[in-house]
Amino acid sequence: MSVIDSTRFDRLREFARPDRVFDFMAPAQSPVDVRHGPILYLEDVSVSFDGFQAINRLNLTIDDGELRCIIGPNGAGKTTMMDIITGKTRPDHGQVWFGSRHNLLTLDEPQIANLGIGRKFQKPTVFEALDVTENLELAMAGERRVWKTLLARLDHEGQARIDEVLETIGLSGERYRLAGVLSHGQKQWLEIGMLLMQRPRLLLVDEPVAGMTEPEMHRTAALLTRLAGQQSVVVVEHDMGFVRSIARQVTVLHQGSVLAEGTMDDVSSDPRVVEVYLGGDEEAA
Amino acid sequence: MTTQTFLHERDRSRQAFLSRSTLLTSLVLIVGMLVVLVLNALPESSAWHVSNATVSLLGKYFTYMLLALAVDLIWGYLGILSLGHGAFFALGGYAMGLYLNAQTSPLPGWQSIMTYFPVAALAVLLAPGLLALVFGWLAFRSRVTGVYFSIITQALTFALMLAFNRNEMGMGGSTGLTRFYELLGFSLASEGMTVALFVASGMAVLLAFWLCQAITVSRLGRVSVATRDAEARVRFIGYRVDHVKLALFVVSAMIAGVAGALYVPQVGIINPSTFAPLFSIEVVVWVALGGRATLYGALLGALVVNYLKTVLTGVMPDAWLFILGGLFVLVTMLLPQGIAGVISTWRGKRRDGEKQDRQEVSA
Repeated sequence: MSVIDSTRFDRLREFARPDRVFDFMAPAQSPVDVRHGPILYLEDVSVSFDGFQAINRLNLTIDDGELRCIIGPNGAGKTTMMDIITGKTRPDHGQVWFGSRHNLLTLDEPQIANLGIGRKFQKPTVFEALDVTENLELAMAGERRVWKTLLARLDHEGQARIDEVLETIGLSGERYRLAGVLSHGQKQWLEIGMLLMQRPRLLLVDEPVAGMTEPEMHRTAALLTRLAGQQSVVVVEHDMGFVRSIARQVTVLHQGSVLAEGTMDDVSSDPRVVEVYLGGDEEAA
Repeated sequence: MTTQTFLHERDRSRQAFLSRSTLLTSLVLIVGMLVVLVLNALPESSAWHVSNATVSLLGKYFTYMLLALAVDLIWGYLGILSLGHGAFFALGGYAMGLYLNAQTSPLPGWQSIMTYFPVAALAVLLAPGLLALVFGWLAFRSRVTGVYFSIITQALTFALMLAFNRNEMGMGGSTGLTRFYELLGFSLASEGMTVALFVASGMAVLLAFWLCQAITVSRLGRVSVATRDAEARVRFIGYRVDHVKLALFVVSAMIAGVAGALYVPQVGIINPSTFAPLFSIEVVVWVALGGRATLYGALLGALVVNYLKTVLTGVMPDAWLFILGGLFVLVTMLLPQGIAGVISTWRGKRRDGEKQDRQEVSA
């Protein structure tokens, strides 16, 4: 009896602890909880557009700090998957969790972005009328409310952060140039730089080397490999050579669901994968 | 190579609040106003004398410039093309009209509160502001953009025109509000009042210009330019695009309301035709002609087009709309940046020329 009482008392004391933050009182943008493993968790996700099943019972888990490549033929649902994760498209069915605390299906794009999911588009999308520094400044993690944005000034810390990112993406020499006049490759790096300014936990990168020259591709590969570890990075890519050069884990999507998963060597020797890729090629040829 | 870089660099000096173009525009406005006042004070026999009618006309131009500024803030910098800004202008005008009416005879019902100037002044800001808030909230939350937004703003102003045409509205029906005699206890017909309204309108343009300049050079201004060019990207870096749009739309509507309130006592009437879709479109033409996304361009556009209108409707009234349409087509085809674009290209060339000269000298 007395034993039970004392545990009860302990519980009460624990409950009334002055520094305790109740879950419902915690700020919505609390840090991502990855104690239970994955940073991104998709379960049984399906979405269809006008009868076309873009994503079909997709299951995918990304671990914290992982660099994952996602490959698949055209129409495999790669971009749709990114749309679902970033809140642009709502799935018909399934669950999407960021860490074990944030249900992404209840949030919209800005909320998801502010939680720490950064996204690079397939077509490089930078603010062409602004210069490189300004592009990075806008992406910098921080206050997003209208009034605060109106009064915001770039402080030393922010400037230092911009310099650091400029260094990382190799655009220090172009800092005052308009983003609109950068080369295609430079725009891609600038966009990756903008993602870094957000200090994301998870980076979603859609076809980062499309239209790049060979040396540019090598630089991008080095950049992405460096980022993994600090952030989790998910790269969607067509170019198999590029994927081979950066990937540790590869997921193959086909017709909206996972066809195979493993190291590049495992995956490329999988007969089903060969069928999807080579079979398609033969038909095309 | 170096000249190439210079041409492609953003002119950082223009980002400061006190940029050269801000100072120049402010100076031109102030000096222009002073010159008109001095010339107006000259004896009527003098060849340089500016009549009260002209002063009043210029005061009316000022209110149009204010309206153009409001449209440019959201169209030029945020990419929201409102084809119904005349509605906000007219609402400000009606608020002022009610106040002016109340000075001669007491108004019925709720309108009686408009007897008091502070209430009327508040209504000038709040009526357009609230309408913009509700309308904008619904539209931007549902992500209505581009031409669809433009169309519903046309519908908005058209619906208001129909509503204000009805006598049951208590706003004078199709005649509108007229019979204005007194403002703040002074006769509207007096010479001093004409000058005072001219000065007030000029000051309003100056203040609104500074306000818009402060907004556009701030980080919010850069977020809005970013929204104009790549809205989805802005959303994915975490800004609430709908809030940004709503905030600027409301500010813009309030500026338009003030413009309407200053317009009414100078023109002596406000009627539902101000809500006409055509008027709102005309405002957009002013801004396009002057040069969108430059504040001085909007001011210049409103002034130039309205001056032309005054002159040409006198000479050949039937041709005016054709001339306006022709101008719009020509500017869109030949000068997509408007008059301001010509000025800045010319200035840029001169600056780069100077730079080149210096380089040649040093080499």
